[in-house]
Amino acid sequence: MPPQLKRLIPLFAIFIFLFLAARSFLVPKSFGEQGHYRFNSIAENKEKAMIYAGKEACDDCHSDRIQEMETDLHKGISCETCHGPGSAHIANPDSIKPMIPKGRDFCGMCHSLNPSRSKLVHQVDLKEHNVTENCIECHNPHLPCQMKK
Amino acid sequence: MEQNFQHLYDMLSQVQGFIYPNELDLQWGLLIVLYPYITGLVAGAFILASLERVFNVKVLGPTYQLALLTALAFLLVATMPLVSHLGHPERFYEILMTPHSTSAMAIFGFVYLWYLMVVLLLEIWFDYRQDIVIWSKETKGFKGRIYKILTLGVTDLSPSTIKWDDKIGYFITVVGIPSAFMLHGYVGFIFGSIKANPWWSTVLMPVIFLFSAMVSGIALVLFIYMAVSFFRKQKIDMPALDSIAKFLFYILVIDFTMEGLDQIHRIYEAEESFEILFLLVHGPLFLTLFVFQIFLGTVVPLISLGTLQLYKPSEKIRKIIYLSCSLLVLFGIFFMRWNVVIGGQLFSKSFYGFTGYKLHLLGSEGFLFSIIWVIIPFFILAFLLWLLPPWKKVGQHENN
Amino acid sequence: MSNEEIGKSRRKFIKKAATVGSLLVTTSLFTPFNAVVYAVERPKDPSKTWWGYGIDIEKCIGCGRCANACKTENNIPKQPFYFRTWVEQYTIKNDGTVKVESPNGGIDGFVQSVPPEDIFKAFFVPKLCNHCYKSPCVQACPVGATYETPDGVVMVDETYCIGCRYCVQACPYGCRYINPAKNVADKCTLCYHRISKGKTTACVEVCPTHARILGNLNDPKSPLVKFMKEHTCLVLKPHLNTGSKCFYNALSGEVR
Repeated sequence: MPPQLKRLIPLFAIFIFLFLAARSFLVPKSFGEQGHYRFNSIAENKEKAMIYAGKEACDDCHSDRIQEMETDLHKGISCETCHGPGSAHIANPDSIKPMIPKGRDFCGMCHSLNPSRSKLVHQVDLKEHNVTENCIECHNPHLPCQMKK
Repeated sequence: MEQNFQHLYDMLSQVQGFIYPNELDLQWGLLIVLYPYITGLVAGAFILASLERVFNVKVLGPTYQLALLTALAFLLVATMPLVSHLGHPERFYEILMTPHSTSAMAIFGFVYLWYLMVVLLLEIWFDYRQDIVIWSKETKGFKGRIYKILTLGVTDLSPSTIKWDDKIGYFITVVGIPSAFMLHGYVGFIFGSIKANPWWSTVLMPVIFLFSAMVSGIALVLFIYMAVSFFRKQKIDMPALDSIAKFLFYILVIDFTMEGLDQIHRIYEAEESFEILFLLVHGPLFLTLFVFQIFLGTVVPLISLGTLQLYKPSEKIRKIIYLSCSLLVLFGIFFMRWNVVIGGQLFSKSFYGFTGYKLHLLGSEGFLFSIIWVIIPFFILAFLLWLLPPWKKVGQHENN
Repeated sequence: MSNEEIGKSRRKFIKKAATVGSLLVTTSLFTPFNAVVYAVERPKDPSKTWWGYGIDIEKCIGCGRCANACKTENNIPKQPFYFRTWVEQYTIKNDGTVKVESPNGGIDGFVQSVPPEDIFKAFFVPKLCNHCYKSPCVQACPVGATYETPDGVVMVDETYCIGCRYCVQACPYGCRYINPAKNVADKCTLCYHRISKGKTTACVEVCPTHARILGNLNDPKSPLVKFMKEHTCLVLKPHLNTGSKCFYNALSGEVR
């Protein structure tokens, strides 16, 4: 064997050995258990905290409201659709209150007149319909068919 | 975090038509334009060197070592734009530790290492070994010590060992040619394999990348050879220069044909994406595609180099033409990469609109930071030429 | 080798080839044609979950509560260019041109800018990660930082992602972005922290018209399977063969 190769072959062998050694240290735990990924990542993704509590959680305290809503057009809508995320309120029911949306724009997200919108929802032209009034002054958001005044 | 999206608000006003909201942020900027550009220069320079050694084009002898050292200088920084654009550069090792077999990008680390360690470094080492041994004995001080290390302790200069240098060096060059093809064809595949992007997704992409790499690499060696001769106040070897220019012309013809074929195919098939791509090349890419890449970077060099194949003016005029053509080709291929990388991200995958791209002067994706990766190779090359000057070489490989 | 030996080995070879050939023919008769490549396998055990998603375009009213809830639930930057889910308003005019809009992903609601007399047809299309089972983004990730879970959800390992953005390029639906705070790829996890605890996703929870349906494709009684049986459902960009598991009812050809 020529002297060059006698020197180079061990050098490359050392290089490959160092690479394999580094690999055994650097590949994270649980990598490749199920596929080409770190299996523990699934558990980590599961651990994140929930911000929205879900309608079932609201039902623990506010079942009367939910049952009342079932009698009118807004039935089936989750409380958190309008009131926002509820987990913080459930953890601290007295100090943290869910938001109560006010203003025409909020109701308009679903009910403003738009030809793209399904005809299944009632739509009003916000530029013409009682322009100075807030929607919830007259309409009961939980029972939209009942008028407050 | 603030700076991470502040510029995107300015971008909002540049959106034309509809884009998916997440598409506003153009993910791959100038750094990723440089990555295939620099890798292409390496592959091209190497292939020029192999022309001399494997295909026995003896007239290219004066540029053999220069081409190899140029390839090495650029290869050493080739990964830097790639690493520095990562969201987490410190995690770069993962691509070597857990490469994902289905990902076109994952194997790059290995292709790169193979090309650097097994092909380029070894070929240069075997080519220079005899000289390094001689220089290590003649030179004193720091430089002498570097030579001593570079001999790797193999100081045998017997004729049989030198013959081995030549034999193994030749073998590595033979292996090196497919490796150079692989290195750059593979970079093309990184883009060509993205089926979500019709501007990239073509089987010809690796071929186009390969030929444009050869074009740019040859132009670079042509330029560097002229520049080095100028600085050393040496007479340029005109036959060598003429034949480099001849090869540049031939490969430029193939490159232009391939790109033309790709575009004609695209235009004739006129698939779902045709309208948006038509708007793309006539709108945001008009200057960089038609003017920079095709006219200045391809047509002008093609015509001038083509004319020289039929009619030979005086050496002085030829030199001027070669110099300007090499610079034009380098400029054109840069914009070819630009049109692929940036162009492919300007249109929305909904095919209903465009986002914008603004090159910033500062910042990690900015012009100044990126340009560093183009300048550094020239310093490395200057160092390599100081360390391993081809013009002081004693040992010359036989042409097998 | 003598002639006789050659003849022998040839006979042997023909025999072998015949057995292999006949084996191939018979097995292909008994195993149904199945050429799923690059795919994560759907669990064969019917008790195992295989998540999918349904969207009823006819029911979507474009209120954008889904996109809003998603940002809150998953702590996504509020800027208008980072979305895990968003809503698009498609307006097809009488002259055949298509106008698509998604201001702030629909979070602030929609206004129809085209006068009603010019409108041929208009509708809303909610978008989110399609959780493809031949997912091009997972295929492209060089390090294995994005993956498909055994129950069919495409997720990102944010501690392992190097931020190369190749997956963003590979997604045909524009569902991925780079999280500006973490510098890693980010996308819809199908609220994995919720669905694995028996809750539904935030977007499904807040949808007032039940236009969004989460379900188990492996359970014939799940609401999603029922939805798919009762409606003609399509996926986005089927020609790209991504194995999308997000099924749209009433999907118009203009939607991309």
